[in-house]
Formats: sequence, C-alpha cells, structure tokens
Amino acid sequence: MQEVENIVNGKELFKKPEYQKVLADKKAFEGAMGAVNPGKVEEIAEWTKSWEYREKNLAREAITVNPAKACQPLGAVMVALGFENTMPYVHGSHGCVAYFRSYFTRHFKEPTPCVSDSMTEDAAVFGGLVNMKDGLKNCAALYKPDMIMVSTTCMAEVIGDDLFAFASAAKEEDGGEFLPEDFPIPYAHTPSFVGSHITGYDNMMQGTLQQLNEGMKGEKTDTINIIPGFETYIGSIRSIKSIADAFGANYTMIGDHSDQWDMPAGNYEMFAGGTKIEDAKQAINAKATLSMQKYATTKTMKMITKRWKQKESANLNPIGLKGTDEFVMKLAELTGKEVPESLKTERGRLVDAMQDSYPYMHGKKFAIWGDPDFLIGMVSFLLEMGAEPTHVLCHNAPRGWEDEMRALLDTSPAAADCHVWAGKDLWHMRSLLFTEPVDFMIGNSYGKELMRDTGTPLIYIGFPIFDRHHLHRYSISGYDGALNLLTWITNKVLDQLDEETKGIASTDYFFDLIR
Amino acid sequence: MSELRQIAFYGKGGIGKSTTSQNTLASMAHYFDQNIMIVGCDPKADSTRLILHEKAQNTILQMAAEMGTVEDLELEDACKPGAGMFAPDAPGGWINCTESGGPEPGVGCAGRGVITAINFLEEEGAYEEDGLNFVSYDVLGDVVCGGFAMPIREGKAQEIYIVMSGEMMAMYAANNISKGILKYANTGGVRLAGLICNARMTDREYDLAWALARELGTQMIHFVPRNNIVQHAELRRMTVVEYSPSSDQALEYKELARKIIANDMKIIPTPLEMDDLEDLLMEFGLEEEVLEDEVGKAAEA
Repeated sequence: MQEVENIVNGKELFKKPEYQKVLADKKAFEGAMGAVNPGKVEEIAEWTKSWEYREKNLAREAITVNPAKACQPLGAVMVALGFENTMPYVHGSHGCVAYFRSYFTRHFKEPTPCVSDSMTEDAAVFGGLVNMKDGLKNCAALYKPDMIMVSTTCMAEVIGDDLFAFASAAKEEDGGEFLPEDFPIPYAHTPSFVGSHITGYDNMMQGTLQQLNEGMKGEKTDTINIIPGFETYIGSIRSIKSIADAFGANYTMIGDHSDQWDMPAGNYEMFAGGTKIEDAKQAINAKATLSMQKYATTKTMKMITKRWKQKESANLNPIGLKGTDEFVMKLAELTGKEVPESLKTERGRLVDAMQDSYPYMHGKKFAIWGDPDFLIGMVSFLLEMGAEPTHVLCHNAPRGWEDEMRALLDTSPAAADCHVWAGKDLWHMRSLLFTEPVDFMIGNSYGKELMRDTGTPLIYIGFPIFDRHHLHRYSISGYDGALNLLTWITNKVLDQLDEETKGIASTDYFFDLIR
Repeated sequence: MSELRQIAFYGKGGIGKSTTSQNTLASMAHYFDQNIMIVGCDPKADSTRLILHEKAQNTILQMAAEMGTVEDLELEDACKPGAGMFAPDAPGGWINCTESGGPEPGVGCAGRGVITAINFLEEEGAYEEDGLNFVSYDVLGDVVCGGFAMPIREGKAQEIYIVMSGEMMAMYAANNISKGILKYANTGGVRLAGLICNARMTDREYDLAWALARELGTQMIHFVPRNNIVQHAELRRMTVVEYSPSSDQALEYKELARKIIANDMKIIPTPLEMDDLEDLLMEFGLEEEVLEDEVGKAAEA
C-alpha cells in the first residue's frame, strides 16, 4: 500500500511484498495445470525471429499489429488549432474526441481544446442534425471562439450527414444569438476508414481555405503562404518562420499551432497564437503558396495551383541540408532577394558540424518509420551523412510515395541494401529487424517494444513521443533543425559505442575520452 | 463554356426511372449536342446499360472490392464512354457512364457506397472533363438514408426530376421524395424541377399528374405515353433514339429533352400532408372512401 508520507511510483510500489504476492499468485493461477508451457513459449518466441516467420508476417492481409499511423480527424483537429481562437469541433462520437485530445496532450504535454457533439444510438438512426444544432450553439456560447472548425468521425460519415446543411440549419435556428450569419464554420468530411491523419489534415486545410476564401478573390499581393503540414515539432515551425523572416519576406503561416501547444506557465488561456482569420481569408490573393509537407497537403495544393492559379507555388521539405537549401532558394526566387548573410553563416556552421560527425554516422544502418514527408526529409538527411537507411517503413504511404523514396534511396551507394516498406506496420518491422538487423532505429514511442525485443537502440524522432520529454519543442527543419538531428543521432551513436566498449580490461581499449 | 448543370432522377422503384432517364439523356446528347456523365446510384447498376449496349457495367464498388481499396481504382476503369452514337468520336454529344454499385444484399451499407463512389469520381476529376454540360444521377427508390441523399447535397444535383405514373404508390413516393428535397432545399441550392409522368395509361392519368404537380408547386414537365417500342429497344439494350429515331416515341423523348434543357422552373416543393394526398387520390378514384365502421371488418360476418 502507499504511505501518505512517502508516495512512490509504480516502479517502487510493486516491489512491496503484498504486490509481489499478488503477482506470484497470478502467475501460478494462469500457469496452472500446464496451461502455459515455458518451453513452448520460448520455442515460438524464437520462431517469430526467423525468416520463415518473416515471410508469413509480410504476407499478412487481414490484421494490423502496432500501426504507425492515426486517423483522419486527428489531423483536422491540428488544422483547427493552428488558427486564431478556433475551436476544433468533431461531429460524431465522444470517445473519438477523447482520444484526439489525450493523444496530442501526451505528446505536447499541453492541454488540447476540442469538443464533440456526442452522437449516440438515436443520432445514428435519425441523423446528427439535432446534435449539431445544440453542439455548435453550446460551443459558441461557452467557449466564445471566433471560428469553429467541423470534422467528422466514422459514425457521422457512415450515415452520410451533410455538414454544410447542418451548420446552416444550426445558424438559422440560433437566429444569430451565438452564431451570427457571418460566423465562420469551415467543415471537412474526415472518414477514418480512408487514409490517415495526414489525409484528415489535408481535407480540413483544403475545406477551410476554400470556404474562407469564397468570393475573396481580388488584387494579387506579394504575400507568400506557408503551410507547415502535420508538423509535430513546434521548433520546426519557428525555424521555418525565422528563415522567411531573414529574407524579410511578407508571408502568412497558414495553420500555425506553435503557440497553442507551447504555452508558458501562468493563467490558462484556451487559445494562443494561430493564423489570423482575416489573413487566412486573403490566402487566395497571395503570390504563391509553399507547402512544407507535400503528402499532407495534396488536395490543398491542387486547389491552390489549379483553381486559385498560384502558379509559382511549390512543395518543399526543409529537413536536412538539401531540403533546407531548396526552401531557401525558393524564397530567394519569390522575394527576388539575395540569400541573407545570416543564413549563409548558419548553413556554414551546419556543414562544419556535419563534417565533424561524419565518421560516426557514415555506414551506420538505420531502420526508420513515420509519415511520408517526414521520411523523405529524414532519409535525405541520413544519406547526406553517409548513413544507410536499411528499412524505411511508411504505414500511411500515399500513392507515389514508394517510387519517390525508392528513387531517393537509389542515389545511395548502398541502394541495393536499402528497402522501402509501404503500407506495413511495426509488427512487420519487428520481423525485418530480426532478419536483417540494423544499428539504430529512428521512430516514435511505439518503437519501444521493438527496442526491448530486438535490442536495437531507438533514437526518438517522430510522432507521437509520449515517454521522452521536450523533444517536440526543438526543431528538425531548417539548418538549426538539421543540427539538432545531427546532435541527437551522433550522440546516440557515441552512447552506443561507449556501451559496447566499456568492458573493463576486455573492450575498453576503445573506451575513449575523446570522440 | 456554359456552366455545368447537375440533375437527378428520383422515383419509386420499378416505375421506369432508368429507362426514362437513359432515353431522355440520349435525346439530349443526340439532338441537342449535350455532353453528359451518368452517375448511377443504384446497387442494381442498370442506369447505363442502354447507353453502353451492355448487360450491366462494372461498378465502382465492385471493382474497389476486388482491388481491396477504392484508392487503387483508376478513373478509366470506372468511367466508360457510351457505345454507338454516344461515343466521344461519334457526331453529336457524348455520354460517359459510371455506376456506383453497392454491397451484396443484406450486408454492409449501400448508402455509404454512394458517398464513396461520388467522392471517388470527384477526386479523380470526372466532373472536370472538358466540354461536360450535364451530370445526371439516377437514384434508386426512396431516399432511405443519408447516403442516398448525397446526390442532392450542396454542390451536387441542383435540379430534381421525379419519375412517376398514375398509381397510388408512385404518388406516395413522389410526395416523399419532395419531403426529402425540402429538407435540403432550405439550406442548399437543390430544387424540384418537375414531374415526368411515365404513363401507364390509367384513367385520367394526365390530369392526376398535373394535379399532384400543382400541389407540390411544380410542373408536369412531360407526359411520356406508353409505347411498346421502348421495350423492343430495351431488348437490344438500346435507347429508342438509337433504335428507331423516326418513331413517335423518339420524338416524345426529344421533346422532354428540349424541355429539360430549357427548364427554368425550379422550386422548393410544398409536399402534401398524408390526409391531403389521400383526398387527392380519392378524387381521382385511385382510392375509395371507406365508412368509419367498416374499417378492420372482415368480409365474412
């Protein structure tokens, strides 16, 4: 039992005799009558490490084990929190929304405002109109946002609720008390049985920009829109802004959630920062739009280039040296300005640092998983450092990604040993790690079990990261972001080198003070 | 380029909706050079067979099921150009054909299927085809759930034509469909554009159709007489326009096509209460008055 004067965590608590007895009894009960055969368990555990099991595993069709992706509305909620005083509103069941909120909160260690209209059995039968009318009104009355962004859970999508009609009906019934005629309620259908969180991000961003900019077409401005995409590194958004600032560029960050999920201690405010609604309403008149994540903004960028006709728009991926260079050069082209000295210096420092660490990363084998854009950027950086991305796994790979990744890997001298795994999960990764081992893994917290099972060191870069602190506050984009990546990866390589050479009077001939 | 018009045909099952819509659309293409895409929204998938000269087109959902996911499907597989005079290279307008299809009877959700199929067509750019003048949705029976209302959501079909005939259930269905339209018309742009009476040649059918149309606040846009030539053409999987262009029936469809193209009467319907509808049916002899004390009484005493 806990003692009031000395509260301990689970690690210490369960060492106490009363808990140890419970655990022992449980084991005896479950293993009684030969129900568990330790020898057989061991045998099967070993078999799951074999090539034979790997082949069966890769042929698996009907089930996903340890997925490396999340569902559509999660992305839609992120879009909403990137706009000023905007409440994400999910039309559908309450449990889904609890999941989105806790998912983000566990990663960012910050509260995540988000409401649902709690559809239940009757709403599934009669449609969710009543929920939507009450929900929008309550949301506006209680939290007083300037905008409400509506996305959907699977339940609302299966019964085919019409969001536009419902939102209009809600306004009409409210009669302007809490929801005036011009109150913006952008909406997007985000069925989770299609795509992943990046599809939801794209749908919500496209819907929002289209609906806010209806009838706003006017004089072209020299503004540049920058869309960060499903960016889980707060510091990355700040890096991208600082590069644009260095050019003195006139830009609007569309969907900027960097302040929302990084609030200082003190009085709690529900919303912080975000793109101003009036700025978002001018997005259509910008000179160009730059997306930092191509695969998370496919539909959005299609609308911007085709319907808005912003011909100079481009997809960029400012992770690593080359990716950042391309972003910088595009800004130079759009602003018509020379690359500022400050950026040149920053770049020079990065290249210098890369040279310092090169011997340690070169030739190291990596397994990496995550979102498609993250992987393109990260693999590009690994290749810049002479590393070998042996297994590149993308569970939510969109069309075209596999070919692009393959082409990128083919630029490596080790191309033949680098494999692309599109649409596979982390249980597949487990088989890959046992049969074709690597030196390090790069991924999110869901790699923790793989780290334990396979003994491969895990470098925490990705989303979500629940069990390491503050990494999300840093940047992985821009020259400073590349330096962070370099630091994290190199130091993990060095940690591991120390680990392997620390044997007293056996391997410590290389347990060096200077690396 | 004129603006794309999106229309939909609704009506009771078995009323001749698919036959009427295909013959009408064929006339719009052939006589008036309109380029059309048909979106069949009926799990039976019979909305395009007369245009394609086929038994039934491969449906979007059927192909998606075979491939495992709709994301692997290509537009070319799902969208077939019409046969004969409706082919893209034939003179006159062309017709592109798609069928949403649906799950096996008794499982899954056909309504969601309609949503999936229409989203697919939109995302693959089927609506952005050069020169497209009309999109036409052919929707089964009643609007039984949200999925079957997809074609009348904002940004989709703006004009609804209800196919009916002078019989009781068809009138009920027409009135119900009007209720569905009303639900969406208040917040969106969808409008009732007319009743098409596919005649069964019952007594006073013409008058009855007009009476219902007036009650709903709309017009009976055309009275299509019954003619066996329609069935003859159908046996050869053809529209009348193609089978026998000089026939009287072809001219009827031509007239209907002309009226639809020129139609500017699009209204928010005023559906009838059940009692009023029954009164109307009684007035035209489709239902008989029953004495209060005879209700529920067996024939034998």
